[in-house]
This record gives sequence, C-alpha cells and structure tokens, in this order.
Amino acid sequence: MTVLTVLRRALLLLGLPVVLFAVWWFATADSTDFYVPPLSAILGAFGKVWTGERLLSDVVPSLLRLTAGYLLAVVVGVGLGLLVGMRRVVRDVLEPVLELFRAIPPPVLVPVIMLFAGIGDTMKVIVIVSGCVWPILLNTVEGVRAVDEVLSDTCRSYGITGAARLRHLVLRAASPQIVTGMRQALSIGIILMVISEMFAASNGLGFTIVQFQRSFAIPEMWSGVLLLGILGFLLSLLFRFAENRVLAWYHGLRRAQRNP
Amino acid sequence: MTRAAVTTDAAGSAGTGTGPGGAPARRLPERAVAPLRGLAGIAGLVVVLEVLPHTGLVSADYLPPASETVGALWHLLAEQTFWTALGDTLTGWGLGLAISVVAGVAAGLVIGSIPVLRAVTASTIEFLRPIPSVALIPVAVLLYGTDLRSKLLLVVYASFWQVIVQVLAGIQDVDPVADDTARSYRLGTWGRLRHVMWPTALPYVMTGVRLAATVALILAVTAELVIGAPGLGQEIAVAQTSGAVPQVYALVLVTGLLGVAVNLVARAVERRALHWHQSVRTEVAV
Repeated sequence: MTVLTVLRRALLLLGLPVVLFAVWWFATADSTDFYVPPLSAILGAFGKVWTGERLLSDVVPSLLRLTAGYLLAVVVGVGLGLLVGMRRVVRDVLEPVLELFRAIPPPVLVPVIMLFAGIGDTMKVIVIVSGCVWPILLNTVEGVRAVDEVLSDTCRSYGITGAARLRHLVLRAASPQIVTGMRQALSIGIILMVISEMFAASNGLGFTIVQFQRSFAIPEMWSGVLLLGILGFLLSLLFRFAENRVLAWYHGLRRAQRNP
Repeated sequence: MTRAAVTTDAAGSAGTGTGPGGAPARRLPERAVAPLRGLAGIAGLVVVLEVLPHTGLVSADYLPPASETVGALWHLLAEQTFWTALGDTLTGWGLGLAISVVAGVAAGLVIGSIPVLRAVTASTIEFLRPIPSVALIPVAVLLYGTDLRSKLLLVVYASFWQVIVQVLAGIQDVDPVADDTARSYRLGTWGRLRHVMWPTALPYVMTGVRLAATVALILAVTAELVIGAPGLGQEIAVAQTSGAVPQVYALVLVTGLLGVAVNLVARAVERRALHWHQSVRTEVAV
C-alpha cells in the first residue's frame, strides 16, 4: 500500500517532466535546424562547457555578485523600511518618491549606473541592489505599518521599548511581508545579474551566454539557457526552504486559523 | 504626541457614530496633510537633484541638474521618434500582457478545475516558473532578431506564470460547501465555473493581472534595451552610447512615470472589478 502511494506520488511528480523531456529528445533527435540542435547535443555541450574551469571563472563570480547585491539590498531595504514605516511623517513624505523609484523598470538603471561605477564588479552589485531594494523596502514599510495595535499597546504597557520592541514586535510582525518582498527581489536579482553581465563584462553567466550566441555556438548557448533555468529553480527552492524554517510559526498560525 | 493621537482617534470614531455633520474639523487636516507631505517629498528630491551637481559632489557629467533633465524631456516631447518609441513599448507591453492574461486564465481554469490535471502539472509549473525570462534573450535574438515577436516572447513568458499561478490559487480557494451546493442544484461544469469558481478566483486573477502588468513593462523595456527592439529601452541605449546623459535621465524618468501609471491603472481596474467583493467584506467586518 505504501509502496503504491509512493509510486503514485513519484509518477505525479515526475510523469509530465519525463514526458516533456522525452518529447524534446525525440522531436529534435535528428533535427537539422541549425538553431534547434538535438537535445543530446545540448546535454553533451552542457557537460563540456559548465563543468570545467568555466564553473569557477563564470558561474561562481555571477553567484557571488548576486549574493552580495541581494544581501546588501536586504539589509538596506529592511533598515530603511523600519525607519520609514515607524514614523508617519517620514512615510508620508517619502511614499510618492519611493513609488516612483519602484516603478522604474530596474534594467533601465544599468546605463545610468554605468555612468557612475564603470563596468566592474561594483557596477553589477550596485545594479542588483538598486533593483532588489524596492520590493523589500516597500513591503517592510507595509508590514511595519500593519503591526497589530493590540500587540503594540500590550508591548507599551509592559514597558517593552527600544531594541527589544523592534526585535520582538516590529520585525516579527512584519516578517511575513518582508519575506514576500525578498521573494520578489530574488527573481529581480537574477534578472539583473544576467542583464548587467550582458551589457558589459569580461566574465559571468550572462556574458558567456551572449558570447556563445554571437559566435553561433548554438548547443553551448542552449546549455547556458538550461543552466540559467536550473539556477533559477534551485534558488527558488532554497528560498522556500529558508522561508519554511523562518516563518514556520506564521504558516502554522495561518493553518490553525483556516481550519479551526 | 500619543495623547493627541488618541484624542483625534476618539473624536474620529465619535464623528462616524453621529454622522458626517458631527465630524470634527480636526479630522480633515490629517487626511489633507499626507498628499502635501508627499508633494514636499517630490519637491525635495527635485531640489537635491538640482543642487547636488552644482556643489561638485557629483560630477554634472554623470548627474545633470534636474532642470537640464526636464529640459531634455521637454525636447523629447516635441520629437516624433519619442512618441513612436513610446508607442512601440506600449504595443509590446499591451499585446504581451493581453496574451498572457488570456492564456493564463484559460490554462489556469482548465488545469485548476480538473484535479488529475492539476496534480500532474504541479511539478512542471513549479519548475518552469522560476526560470528567469532573461535566459530566453539569446534564443529570442536567434529566432526573431529585433522583431516585436522577440519582445513578446520575453514579456509573455514572464507574465504568464504570474497569472496562471494566481488563477490556480484562486480555484483552490473555492469553498467546498458552495461547490457541493452548486452540484446538488445540478449546475453543470460550465455553471459551476461561471457562478462558483470564477467569482472566487477573480480577486486572485486581479492580483495576477496587476503583478503581470508590472513584470510585462519591465521585460518589454529590457528586451528593447538588451536586444535592441524598437522602443523606449532602445532609445535609452542609443542616448547612453552617444553620451547624451540628460536624455538618458529623461527617458528613465519617462519609464518610471509609465510604471507609476501602469500601477495606478491596474489598481483602479482591480478596485472596479472587485467592487462587490470588497463591499461584502467590509460589511462582514463591521
């Protein structure tokens, strides 16, 4: 019985992907179209291109820049968000300005930031920060603003103020919103990582893939597209894992509220 | 400070109790002050941008004074190419958004209402969704060049998932009792779709459309910027390579205003479409 359920679940989980993969494999097996090489060629290129020194020279620098930019954006976004969210006057003054900055499509900032920071690593990290910071910042502001009034008053009457109040009440209460912002920021961050490298770089994933495309190394280019896809998937998996750990209390609360 | 806030609060609730005639005059300024503060914020930004390059802290080559940016914008507004570019961007955005909303809603309703289909496709959707659409840039360039189609490919891929995921979440939220009631009243598949699933899913669909509208704009401009498809993004790239810094800022400002407009319109549409929904909810809350 349990074997059957496990089998059933595995079939549901892997069935369609395997079918799609097989369709791709056989549909392109003897493809002569230059732009759509056989899947076997792409996978062969994948093994050759992304396992050797390219892993160190292109994938790792990209990921490091993404990590640096993303973490910096989280720190800046949450910090500023707390400041803005807790002071009503500050919030009123800054809200339209922040809305405008958030509405600017982040890739557009690449040329502007290139003016200031050249084309080095600094530029790429700044580009990632400048795109990722807005969803985090605005969600933090919303989260701080929506802190439960009763909890807030309770804290006040127990004399919980300053850092303790910030840590145990404000940050805690805002954390589901902050995580929502961080999730949005992660996908923006990946986009900006790739785009900043497509613009001007000497290494990195975006750079290498565009290089393949320009030199018409088609199977290699497809393997890069595949790698980016896998990367996006793995990062979102990692994020969900972290979220389930950090927000376990919140998800449990929601479940309890839904089916009492 | 706290005491003042408490008294206005008390006065406010008393005011709503006795009707609008009894509302104290102190309540009004609080509401009128927020937009004024917002205006002050915008004005402050403009002043900072104007003064900063003059102080020499930031070179005017990199950050032209606000007046120059506005001047450049003024010149742009008089040029035909700017309006063509704006039209191109909006075409790519609108077409892509329309395609992904229709496809996302249709696919979401079909997949969501058939449990087997939902179970089978769940892993595939979870895998395909986080793939960054910029990964498709090289593919789009090879297949379609700088055509409108390559812009559409990126826009549709990015915004389709926003819609379908929301539709699926909405259908999952359908009240089982309502569904069973509809069944025992012998509503057919179409009737249940129309009267049970669609109203439940609509708020989710609207959220999806709002998110998709923003993402679609980002990807439309990105496609123009990176691939060179005609539009505002390409104008920015051209202005940047030719060293016309004020134009770059003016165009960035235009894309930002476009983003604000998209946000406002999407929210207005959402509010209108969900008018019944929200009114029901506030009534229940009170």
